[in-house]
Amino acid sequence: MACRVLIVRAAGSNCEHETAHAWSLAGATCDIEHVAALRDHPGQLNDYQILTIPGGFSYGDDIAAGVVFGQDLKLFLADALRAFVDRGGLILGICNGFQVLSQAGLVPGADLGADAVTLTQNTSGHYEDRWVHLAPDAACAFADDDGLMCVPVAHAEGRLVGRDRDVVSALEERGRIAFRYVDQNGQAGGYPINPNGSVRDIAGLTDETGRVLGLMPHPERHVHLTHHPSWTALPRDRTPDGLRLFRAGVRHFA
Amino acid sequence: MRRKGISLGDSMAETWRVRVVPKRGDFDVAGAEKLREVHALGMQHVSMVRSATIYELRGHLDEPVVRRLADDLLCDAVNQRAVVVRVANDVPTDVATVEVFFRPGVMDAVALTAMTSLRRLMASWGGESGAIDAVRTGIRYEIEGVADRAELETLTRGVLVNDCVQQATLSGFGETVVASRWVTAPLSADQDVRRVQIRGRDDAALDAVSRDGHLFLNTEEMRAIQRHYDALGRDPTDIELETLAQTWSEHCVHKTLKADVWYEGDDFGRDGHVELRFDNLLKTTIVHATRTLDCEWCLSVFDDNAGVIAFDDDHGIAFKVETHNRPSAIEPYGGAATGIGGCIRDIMGCGLGAKPVANTDVFCVADPRWSADRLPQGVLHPRRVLNGVVQGVRDYGNRMGIPTVNGAILFEKRYLTNPLVFCGCVGLLPRRFVHKEARAGDCIVVLGGRTGRDGIHGATFSSGGLTDRHAEDFAHAVQIGHPIEQKRVLEAVLRARNEASGCLFNAITDCGAGGLSSAIGEMGEKLGATVHLEKVPLKYEGLRYDEIWISEAQERMVLSVPPENVKRLIEIAAAEETEATVVGTFEATGLLRLMFGGTLVGELDLAFLHEGLPRRKLKATWTKPETIKSEIVPDAVDNKVFLHKLHELNIASKQWVIRQYDHEVQGGSSVKPLVGPGIGPSDAAVVRPLLTSDRGFAVACGLCPQESDRDPYTMAIYAVDEAIRNVVCVGGDLSRTAILDNFSWGDVSREESVGALVRACVGAKDAAIAYGTPFISGKDSLNNQFTLAAEDAERLDLPQHMQIPHTLLISAISVIADVTRCVTMDLKCVGSSLVYVRSDSVDDLDAMMDVHRAVAGWIADGRVLAAHDVSDGGVGVTLAEMCIASNLSINVDVGRVSTETNDGALLFGERPCAYVLEWADGNGPDDDRGLPLGKVVGDATMTINRDGREVVLLAVKDMRTVWSQALERAMGV
Repeated sequence: MACRVLIVRAAGSNCEHETAHAWSLAGATCDIEHVAALRDHPGQLNDYQILTIPGGFSYGDDIAAGVVFGQDLKLFLADALRAFVDRGGLILGICNGFQVLSQAGLVPGADLGADAVTLTQNTSGHYEDRWVHLAPDAACAFADDDGLMCVPVAHAEGRLVGRDRDVVSALEERGRIAFRYVDQNGQAGGYPINPNGSVRDIAGLTDETGRVLGLMPHPERHVHLTHHPSWTALPRDRTPDGLRLFRAGVRHFA
Repeated sequence: MRRKGISLGDSMAETWRVRVVPKRGDFDVAGAEKLREVHALGMQHVSMVRSATIYELRGHLDEPVVRRLADDLLCDAVNQRAVVVRVANDVPTDVATVEVFFRPGVMDAVALTAMTSLRRLMASWGGESGAIDAVRTGIRYEIEGVADRAELETLTRGVLVNDCVQQATLSGFGETVVASRWVTAPLSADQDVRRVQIRGRDDAALDAVSRDGHLFLNTEEMRAIQRHYDALGRDPTDIELETLAQTWSEHCVHKTLKADVWYEGDDFGRDGHVELRFDNLLKTTIVHATRTLDCEWCLSVFDDNAGVIAFDDDHGIAFKVETHNRPSAIEPYGGAATGIGGCIRDIMGCGLGAKPVANTDVFCVADPRWSADRLPQGVLHPRRVLNGVVQGVRDYGNRMGIPTVNGAILFEKRYLTNPLVFCGCVGLLPRRFVHKEARAGDCIVVLGGRTGRDGIHGATFSSGGLTDRHAEDFAHAVQIGHPIEQKRVLEAVLRARNEASGCLFNAITDCGAGGLSSAIGEMGEKLGATVHLEKVPLKYEGLRYDEIWISEAQERMVLSVPPENVKRLIEIAAAEETEATVVGTFEATGLLRLMFGGTLVGELDLAFLHEGLPRRKLKATWTKPETIKSEIVPDAVDNKVFLHKLHELNIASKQWVIRQYDHEVQGGSSVKPLVGPGIGPSDAAVVRPLLTSDRGFAVACGLCPQESDRDPYTMAIYAVDEAIRNVVCVGGDLSRTAILDNFSWGDVSREESVGALVRACVGAKDAAIAYGTPFISGKDSLNNQFTLAAEDAERLDLPQHMQIPHTLLISAISVIADVTRCVTMDLKCVGSSLVYVRSDSVDDLDAMMDVHRAVAGWIADGRVLAAHDVSDGGVGVTLAEMCIASNLSINVDVGRVSTETNDGALLFGERPCAYVLEWADGNGPDDDRGLPLGKVVGDATMTINRDGREVVLLAVKDMRTVWSQALERAMGV
C-alpha cells in the first residue's frame, strides 16, 4: 500500500497543492484537509503515515507567524498529534508549517521546555525569496545521505532564536538541528548564505524522535527540472534536490 | 476609571492595553527599519527608534486574565515581553513617543484575528474569565535624539503615519496630543429617502449638484439625467444619482476612449497632415485590431473582467492588468495592495471563476533621492511611495499565495506628483467555465468580507485629477486590504465552481469600483434586479442605504445563484471561514429596484443606466514638436562612464524589489525573474500552471513613455515591440501571443492630449495587426495631473499643473508548448558566438515582425543558448547584463552595430527590434540581419571594442557590484 500523507491547511495556507504534488512524485498518495475538519474528526489521522503542514500565511501571520494555527493544534489536536508521532507517524512542517509546529511546541521537543525557541523577523527586516544550500546535521527521517540540498527560502519570519544560550547549546547537543544554511561548498557564512540571521545557521529542527521536522526552506519548490533558477545552464539528468526529502519520508515506511 | 472621550455601552467594561516589546538583546526589526527611514529623511542625529506592538482589549476583563492572554497568545516569551496596563494608566514618559492607530472604520486585520483567537483561548479555559467586546492594534515608537516638538511632528508625518488611514498620538516635550480616540459606539444613520432636485434647474445648478456630490459628471451628462427624470415626472433619489455617477464614471465606462473623436494633425507613420473621424476611438483602433486578426484561440475578449485565450484543449488563461494610480499616490501601501487585490478579484470573477496563478506589477515613480526640501504640499516622497507600493503588492500577493513574476520600475521626475501603479494577474480556468450568464430567478449572493464605510467614491475619485488637498478630501476612498479574507473567498469560489454536481452559480463578478452598484448593475444589465440593502452584512451599524450600495469595501464577490444551490454555497463559505448572504433576486423586469427595510429607495431603468450616457465628442490635434529633448547619452565611453550607466536606476538591478515578492509559490515558476548563476534580469517570466504538465506561458511587458514626447504613435509601437521581444527571448510562441493595453494619460481636457491618445491607439492597432498579436483586455487611467499649491509652483520652479508623460503599458502573454525548451538570458558556454540581430528599419512593421519571427524560430529550433532583448541602455547594457547573469565574459566588437559616430550613442542608444543571441554552433545564422559580435570567453572580464579599438574592459564582478547595489543605495537600505 502506498504511503499516505495528510496535508492540513488553514485560512491563508497557500503551498498545499505543490506540496501534495511533491509527495505524489515521491510515490505517496495525498489528501488535503482544513484544520477545522480535522478538529471535528481527529480519528482520521489513523489513516495516514505522514502529516504535513504546508507553507503560506495562515491567518495572515497576524500577531506573529504561525501563532493562530499553532493555537488550533495546541487547543484541539495536541493529544491526537502526540499519539500520531508516538505510533511512528512523521510530521513535516514547511516554512509557515515550521512556524506552526514551533508555536504548537512539536519541535524541538518537550524535553527543552515550553517556549524554547521561536521563529521571528529576518534581520533584513522584510520578506525575501532566494535560493540557499542546506547541509543535513542531526539524524532525521526526512534526510538522506546524498549531501547538500539546493532549495529556496521565501519568508519574512525565519530567524530562529532560542530562549537563552543553554537552549541553543542543547539543540546542538541533543541532535535537534536537522538542517543548516551553508554555502555551495558546505561552509558556514553570513548573509545571504544564512538568509535570515538564524542562530547557528539553523534552517530546520527535529524533535527527540527524529520523526518531526520543521524546515524554513521549501523543498517542494525544487522537484522539477525547471525549478532551479539556473536550470538552463545545468545538466538535465539530475534529481531535483527537494524531491530527495519527500522520497526519504516515503522510504521511511518502505 | 473611565477615560473621557470613549463612550462605553457598559460601565463595567474597560480598556486594557498590552504592549509587546522585543526582549533586551533581541533585535528590534521594526524600530531599526524606521530609524533607517528617519535617516533617509535627513535626520541623521536621531539615534534610536524603539518599536512596540500595542493591543487594546475592551471588555469585562481583569488584570490576571489580560496578563494570561498576553502570555499565552500575544507575546512570545522567547524573545518578547509584554507590559499590561489599563489604558487610563498608560501615562507617557519624557521620551518622545508616537503611537499610531488606524482611523475608525479602516481595516485592522490583525485586530480581527486577535479578537477571534483571544475569545477562543478564553473559551478553552472554561469558567467565567470575562468577555472581550473589541480589539484594536497599533504601533508605538519611542524616539531618541529628536531636537524638538516640531521635528517630532515632521518625522511622524514623514515616516511614521499616513493621515489618510491612520492617526497618531504624540507625546514628549512636555505635552501630549491625543489624536486617536477609539470610538466603537454604534453609529446611527437616518434612512430617510432623499431626493435631489434637478428638474427645472439651470446648468450652473446642475454642475453644483455634480460637484457637491463628488459625482464627477459634466454638464451634458447632468442634462441627460435631467431629461430622463423630466420624462419620469420626478426627481432622482440620492441613491439613483449615485448609481448613475458610479456607472457613468470614467473609471467604469471609459467615456474618453469610447468617445467620437475628430482628429486633425500629423499622419500616422508617414509624412503629411490628415483629418480623421473615429466613431468610438477604442472600437475603431484597439478592438478593431482584435476583430481583424480574428484568432480562434481568443476565447473571450473585451466583454469580461479579463481577456481569455486558449491554453490547452481543456484550459484557458485569463489575463488582466489594472491601474491604481490615485489611491497609491495618497496611500501607497493600501493603494497598491488593493490595486493588486482588485486585479486578482477580476480574475476570480472571470468566466465562472479562474484560479490566479501569477501576478505582475509595474511602477512609475520619481527618483527616490529627490530632495526632501523640494517636495510640494500634498505629495509623498518618492522613496516612501516606492517603499509603500512594493510592500503593498508584496503583502497582498504573497499572502494570497500568488507568485509575482514579472514587472518593471521606471524612474522619471514627472511621476513625482502622480506615481503610476499597474497591477496584473493571470488566471487558469477550465474552458467549459469561460462563459457565464445570470438568469432570471437567480438569487443575488454577496460572498466574502463585510461592508463598511470604506472606499466610498473610489470610482469617481479615480476619474479626476489630484490637488494638494486631495489626501484630505478623498481619504475615505482609500483602503487597507485583507488578503487572507480574499484567500478564503477564492477557496470558496473554486470549491463552489468545482462541485461534483456542477458549478453552483450561473455568473460571478467582483465588487470593485462602485461596489455593489457596479457589480449588480452590470450583472443584471440584460435582466433586472431587486436588492434588499438591509440584508447586506455590515462591519458595523450605522451605514446609510446609499453608503451600503456604493461602498468599495474590499474582498467581496457577487454571484448569481439558482435558489436550490444557495444552501450548499452558504455551507462552503462557512467551511472556508467566510460568509455568503442572499441580498436580492435577478428578475426580467429591466429595472434595478433598490429596497431598504421594505421601502423603495431607488428604481432605475437599466436601459437608461447602461445606454443613456451621451457619447462624448472630442477634438484632437497633434503636431510633431519642433525641438525634442533627446535622451542624454555621453559622447565618449570609458570604463567609468560604463559603470556609471550601470548605476542608473532605470538600468540597475531591481533585485531588491523582486526578492520581496514570492515569485515561486504554487510551484510553477519555470523561468524566474532572476536567472543564471550570477542572477541576471530575465526578459520574461515563464509559469507552468498545471504541475503535471510541461506546458506553460510567458508573461512580459513593454513601456517607453520617454518616446511619447517625440511621438505617441511610435511610443505605442515600441511598447508593443518590447513586450513581444521579451516573450520571444524566453521561447514564446508568436502565433499564440496576446497583448493588453493600459493607458495612463495626462489631462484629457486638452485637445493635444486627446491627439496623443489617438496616436497611441492607432500605433497600438498598427503594431498589433502587423505582429498578429490581438489585444484581449485593457484599462485606462486618465487625467493623471496634479495641481500644485500656488506658492509651491513658484518656490519649487515646477509647473502648477504637473502632467505625467503619456504612458502606455503593453503586457504580453504567450503560450509555451514545452517549458523545458525555454531559453534564458545568461551566457552558457565559453567559445560560443554572440550575434546582434536587428531590423534595418524601425518604421517598417512587417520587416520588424520578420526579425521577431526569425529569432523565435531559431530559439524553437534549439540553435540559441541565450537570448536577451536590447532595450534600456542599448547594446552595451544588454551585453553587460548577459555577463553579470552568467559570470562568463565576452570579447566583442560593436563597430557595425550602428552608424552612430559617438561611442555613447553606439553603445547606449535605444531602438526597437534588436536582440543579442548566444549562438550554439558556428558564428551565427546565415542571415544578413544577424551581425557577429565576438565570442564568449572565460577570463571574467567584458571587453567591448569598436572597429578594433578597445572602449571598455571591465571585470564582471565590478559591474555586478555597481549594478546590483544602486537601487538599495537610492532607497537608503
